[in-house]
Amino acid sequence: MVQPSLFPPSAWTVSEVNRYLRDLLESDHNLADLWVQGEISNLSRPRSGHLYFTVKDESAALRCVMWRNNAQRLSYLPKEGDSVEVHGSVSVYETGGQYQLYADAIKPLGEGALYQEFLRLKAKLEAEGLFDEDRKRPLPRWPRRIGIVTSPTGAALRDMLNTLRRRYPLVEVILAPSPVQGREAPAGIVAGLRDLNRAAVPDVILLARGGGSIEDLWAFNDEGVARAIAASDAPVITGVGHETDFTIADFVADLRAPTPTAAAELATPNRDDLRIDLDEASRRLAQIVQSEIGEQRWRLNELAGRLGRLSPEAHIQRDRQRLDELTRRAITSLTHYFDMQRAHLGAAEQRLTDLNPQAVLSRGYAVVTGADGRSVRSVNQVEPGDALDVRVSDGEFGVEVSGGKPPA
Amino acid sequence: MSKKRPPVEELTYEEAFTELETIINTLEADEQTLDEILNKFERGQELARHCASLLDKAELKTKQLAGDEITDFELDE
Repeated sequence: MVQPSLFPPSAWTVSEVNRYLRDLLESDHNLADLWVQGEISNLSRPRSGHLYFTVKDESAALRCVMWRNNAQRLSYLPKEGDSVEVHGSVSVYETGGQYQLYADAIKPLGEGALYQEFLRLKAKLEAEGLFDEDRKRPLPRWPRRIGIVTSPTGAALRDMLNTLRRRYPLVEVILAPSPVQGREAPAGIVAGLRDLNRAAVPDVILLARGGGSIEDLWAFNDEGVARAIAASDAPVITGVGHETDFTIADFVADLRAPTPTAAAELATPNRDDLRIDLDEASRRLAQIVQSEIGEQRWRLNELAGRLGRLSPEAHIQRDRQRLDELTRRAITSLTHYFDMQRAHLGAAEQRLTDLNPQAVLSRGYAVVTGADGRSVRSVNQVEPGDALDVRVSDGEFGVEVSGGKPPA
Repeated sequence: MSKKRPPVEELTYEEAFTELETIINTLEADEQTLDEILNKFERGQELARHCASLLDKAELKTKQLAGDEITDFELDE
């Protein structure tokens, strides 16, 4: 049998209980990271900037708090009665002894439905061919007049005007002011596009809005706006929201820019680039003309040279030169002739010398002469007893023929 | 047989730069007399100067549309 203790355990303090519960709740994984769905009530936002509210359904309520740092970042501000999903962790507020949801994000419950509507309209317009690439019109290289449809008070307009002023101030801007969020926005945008095309006839239209929640950008998912973009005479560039936001208007537009500033950039050439192009053009122009003039000068020099060769003075010069040449050749050829003659003469003298009888006699031959004074060349010219004269190299003597052989 | 050409200072940037490009292309492509070349060169230089001055001096004009009315518009800074 269990005896009741004489000294029951000491009682917990309230703080200890609340601390214990808090530790218990905070150690639970499910409660540390959850989405809660319900309707907003008892919404209050005191000067501290924190957001206090209750999320309830038909039979229950959950107290919620969102600290200022999270509340400031909300793109969607909940109102009483809104159906929402709240994200956060459940813990205990020790001072009040209440557990509550410490919220860090809220989104409207309708978002899923909006997205379904977005997909339905996108599919429908796509099937109609409104997004076709061959519908996209080329942008003018140097726009003269740019239409802008946006809010006259938004940062988007300021950004676009600053960009245009910096890049291409040669352009004239016509603003068609229109609300870009809320119920009035679609009709305003449609009217702005229509009026610009009719009354201003711009070269290109920028349809733009700064960043915001999906509800803020909803006007750009409106079917009427999409059709007004498609019907615009001037090409339309959209610059809606941030880089990651895609709207139906973006798909229909001739060009989609990620931001309003980017839309203004895509619509215009950059003044700095134009200056570079201009310098390049001037340089080419000067180069062409210089080389052309150079070529003309060369041709001129060539013609002048040919003309010079045809002048009378050059003719005389050339004749004089020819005369000198002929003279030189004549002298050369005469000299040669004399040399030749001299050589011939020498050879003749030699031959004459060779024929001199004296020279023959001196080699031992003798000339025999008969009584008739003719030289004896045949045995038939003489008879035995004939007296003949014999001439040798240094004198003559007489001989008598003593015999002879008959001729052969 | 040169065409009557509008004075350079009346041209828009687009017109002036396009004519400058045309002049350069013509000079590069065709045989021309020296006279024509020098004329075109002079015109080209004027066009380039005009373009540069447009770029330097231009100030963005802003207007707004109300229905069919175009009125002046200045963004409050």
